[in-house]
Amino acid sequence: MITFPILSLLTFLPLVGVLFLLCIRGSEETVARNARATALLTSIFTFALSLYMYQNFDKTSADFQFVEQVAWLPGFNINYKMGIDGISIFFVLLSAFLTPICILASWESVTSRVKEYMISFLLLETMMIGMFCALDMVLFYIFFEGVLIPMFIIIGVWGGARRVYASFKFFLYTLLGSVLMLVAILALYRAFGTTDMIALTEVGVPEAMQKWIWLAFLASFAVKVPMWPVHTWLPDAHVEAPTAGSVILAGVLLKMGGYGFLRLSLPILPEASAYFTPLIFTLSVIAVIYTSLVALAQEDMKKLIAYSSVAHMGFVTLGIFTVNQQGVEGAMFQMLSHGIVSAALFLCVGVVYDRLHTREITRYGGLVKNMPRYAAVFMIFTMASVGLPGTSGFVGEFLVLAGLWQSSTVFTFLAATGVVLGAAYMLYLYRRVVFGELTKPDVKAMKDINPREIAIFAPLVVLVLWMGVYPSSVITPMAPSVARVIDHYHARNAAAETAKADAQKNNAAAQTSAEGKGDAE
Amino acid sequence: MEYIAVLSPLVGALIAGLFGRQIGDKGAQLVTCGLMIAASVASVMIFREINFGGQPRTLELFTWIASGDLNVKWALRFDQLSAVMAIVITLVSTAVHIYSVGYMHHDKAQARFMAYLSLFTFAMLMLVTADNFVQLFFGWEGVGLASYLLIGFWNQKDSANAAAIKAFVMNRIGDFGLALGIFAVFVTFGTLNFDAIFAQVSDHADSYSEFLGYHVHTLSLIGVLLFIGAMGKSAQLGLHTWLPDAMEGPTPVSALIHAATMVTAGVFLVARMSPLYEFTPEVREFIALIGASTAFVAATIALTQFDIKRVIAYSTMSQLGYMFFALGVSAYSAAMFHLFTHAFFKALLFLGAGSVIHAMSDEQDMRKMGGIWKLIPFTYGLMWIGSLALAGVPFFAGFYSKDMILEAAFAAESSVGLFAFWVGIAAAFMTAFYSWRLLFMTFHGKPRASEKVMDHVHESPLVMTVPLAFLAVGAIGAGFVFAPHFIGDLRGDFWGAALTVLAENDTVGKAHHVPLWVKLLPIATGAAGILLAFVFYMRARHWPAEVAGMFSRLHSFLFNKWYFDELYTKIGVRPSFALGRFLWKTGDGATIDGLGPDGVSKLVGSAATHSRKVQSGFIYHYAFAMLIGVVAIVTFFIYKALG
Repeated sequence: MITFPILSLLTFLPLVGVLFLLCIRGSEETVARNARATALLTSIFTFALSLYMYQNFDKTSADFQFVEQVAWLPGFNINYKMGIDGISIFFVLLSAFLTPICILASWESVTSRVKEYMISFLLLETMMIGMFCALDMVLFYIFFEGVLIPMFIIIGVWGGARRVYASFKFFLYTLLGSVLMLVAILALYRAFGTTDMIALTEVGVPEAMQKWIWLAFLASFAVKVPMWPVHTWLPDAHVEAPTAGSVILAGVLLKMGGYGFLRLSLPILPEASAYFTPLIFTLSVIAVIYTSLVALAQEDMKKLIAYSSVAHMGFVTLGIFTVNQQGVEGAMFQMLSHGIVSAALFLCVGVVYDRLHTREITRYGGLVKNMPRYAAVFMIFTMASVGLPGTSGFVGEFLVLAGLWQSSTVFTFLAATGVVLGAAYMLYLYRRVVFGELTKPDVKAMKDINPREIAIFAPLVVLVLWMGVYPSSVITPMAPSVARVIDHYHARNAAAETAKADAQKNNAAAQTSAEGKGDAE
Repeated sequence: MEYIAVLSPLVGALIAGLFGRQIGDKGAQLVTCGLMIAASVASVMIFREINFGGQPRTLELFTWIASGDLNVKWALRFDQLSAVMAIVITLVSTAVHIYSVGYMHHDKAQARFMAYLSLFTFAMLMLVTADNFVQLFFGWEGVGLASYLLIGFWNQKDSANAAAIKAFVMNRIGDFGLALGIFAVFVTFGTLNFDAIFAQVSDHADSYSEFLGYHVHTLSLIGVLLFIGAMGKSAQLGLHTWLPDAMEGPTPVSALIHAATMVTAGVFLVARMSPLYEFTPEVREFIALIGASTAFVAATIALTQFDIKRVIAYSTMSQLGYMFFALGVSAYSAAMFHLFTHAFFKALLFLGAGSVIHAMSDEQDMRKMGGIWKLIPFTYGLMWIGSLALAGVPFFAGFYSKDMILEAAFAAESSVGLFAFWVGIAAAFMTAFYSWRLLFMTFHGKPRASEKVMDHVHESPLVMTVPLAFLAVGAIGAGFVFAPHFIGDLRGDFWGAALTVLAENDTVGKAHHVPLWVKLLPIATGAAGILLAFVFYMRARHWPAEVAGMFSRLHSFLFNKWYFDELYTKIGVRPSFALGRFLWKTGDGATIDGLGPDGVSKLVGSAATHSRKVQSGFIYHYAFAMLIGVVAIVTFFIYKALG
């Protein structure tokens, strides 16, 4: 049993690293070297601590664990409250796992303002972990919004040619959604006097209010996921972001939307969620087919993978709103798998971008000749993205569709076409980049991946295969918490149904008795 | 024993794939071939035990996916059906592994090639030993991956890459059906384990469910969806166009994957699901119809092709059609028997063709061959054996299985059965014709290759001819040795509970009592086909061209493969890319961004410009604005007072 506030420690440990980074002085080169080392060490410590936490996590319990609560604004009943369950713990692990990888991936490619870059990344880590641990909506909102700032800076400062356009587009899109969420949080607070997420699941929000609040949440989460049609910031942001920025964006930031649906929309607003499920299904299926087709036509490697992300996240939203064990666990698994696979794919693009400084697909070709190791790694992640059984990509899609079939065969049928299209655009990309004749002289001069890059890819490859062959190691610990969310959702909806039926019966009874009285008179 | 049979190819693949550079080509070949021999020995022992009186068994490894009621384990299930598949896979694969050592000796990436072959074998074995649908799907897609990698093995060639992608994506379309079928199974039966499903099938014989808004018979729905998967993998009409293109891969690959094993996975799937298909007579009719049509269409195309490998590829497709219509008339054992014999003689034909190609300095066009039978007599003889078996000449392997299929179709006494029978007879005639056309064009007549090539023509080394000889033994003997067990009186013991046939559907049993002419007709048409080929290509050599000229439209229709590829490119591939581009530029660019972020920012920008103009600094501008304001306010209040 852990007796110290491990979640706070985990959240704010990166900030300690930031403090150290701020103290670094000296020539530009020493600063850069020390900044890299400090950031890497900090993030590795954080990751180790998260593993320690996982070790002590009770995997059979559905409850929140390691809960901390400190009065924050006592007069307002707003608390600093943190805790994790089987759903959030994996996102904490994912964030802590990807940050060191990002720092390693920027080791050589980022050369200007290294200190500030590393500070941004550690700040980002604090915000991400904090967001997944927060159990109070105000705290949640602060972290949720806070993520924006370092990401905005990372894209805007270390990005590509159109970085300013992309970073503003990213910022405004997400801010617009988040503002509505803030309004929703305030409305909930006004009505029920609390912002405690667990307490709010029990208060029973009236149905009409649920719908408004649900839509406000949708505005925020849909942009983050991103769902069609508010996805257009993603390709631009990815294209302009530095490699590590894309990695964290695809790896963790997109999951904040799905997490929000699972943590807030379903438990607090169950009736509205049921009411709007067809809307979510429709938007998700459009996302799957539409963005897969768009991905087919891309000429820019990063854009292609960005669009494929939208398609894959479509499966996530589909799975969440099936609200059955397979669907939700599939969605969770898909998020984790996509977090690793898309991160890895962006790293794969980064490898060749570092060497040739272009993302244009036609500039490459025949890499398998001079970069066989790279070709093998890229193939594994391509297959994982395609959803080949035995890789992590399969399990999520399979469970989501198996869950979805129980809700709607039409949507399953449509969503499953994404699996065919997914194979088409990924293999087409791979063929144009890796296969073919090796003719271009500058492509010929490219060197295979070096030990640092192998060190980055090795854990990702292991994870993708591990999660593909033995996914129950991930699904089993999350099952109790997922079951809790699902049971709560169905209990609430059933209760609402009976209440409605009762009300109707009473009405009818009142009417007949009134008529009876009239007759008697 | 089971572990050795299934896992040793995986070990081989990993060693050759990961440490190919360290152990070198020779090392990789030694390791993979050695492990394949071990796997073969193990599976032969399992086959001898289980199919001859032993008990089927399932070894459970560990939990794969557990989510709610869905509980799937990695398992090795060995019953009579998987044991038959396992020996086919391991024996042919071993022959192909060894053959490849010789065939690929010029290649730069031999270790990688051996690794892929072993990986394929492993995936295929996982497919047939699955005890649940998800592991079957794992193997199913795994062989698809290996096929993709091997078709595109010469990855500097554009045509090879295109063929590889085509194969993968076409198979994905089939897998789309298979996956939907699996979901339907899960929702219907609450489980994906075969035994648990089979136990419940009869309970659902009359249940209906909703699909895409239609009210459909549940088992039929499942049956059709699963069959779509089988169609993709087994290149049945409609989803077949990838198979001929797959010939871009090295020839040993064609023999192993695209003739003997992977393409028969669909047949295996339907046979495995026989307890279900027995309750869906309409679906079986559909299967028979598709199978018979495939057999016919593929045979007509094979008549006109000039690429030696493509002829054999279409022949494979045609033979797969036979297997499917056998399945469609409930003759599962006959289909499996044909799968078994076909594996040997078709692998033999492919490897023989490889030996020819090897001898002819990588020439595949039969128009540039001819007159080489004396130079490579051993290969020539083996090709004869393969063709005799394929044409169903008595006492060769194909005779027993093909005749049984045709007799069973006849004995089914249904209109679809009779259709399949007559179409099958016609296809048998064409089979014989194109097989001997191939033999005569390739080996006889005047040499049409350049002198340089002819000088190089040589018999293949021992490492290639020994596997060929082994397969030839199968092509000769597999029929009469095993016929009593697969389809004869001993079939009950041989198959045990692995195949389910309802008593009234026992076409294999009835087939033993068909009229004599039904038994003789296939032989007669086969002989006629051979004779006609002899006349066309040995005696009256100008006839083929004349006949083609006479029916030029029909000929070009067949030569262009019934225009399936053109059709798909027109209605599938090109529109998808165009639609993608449209959605990207017009949907995302002009509409969403145009009306959304970019539009809004433009609007804000122009609003700012306009409002800036208002602040002009001239007194009279401000005075004028004030005046308008005052008038407006006064008007407003007057109206209010009056109203």
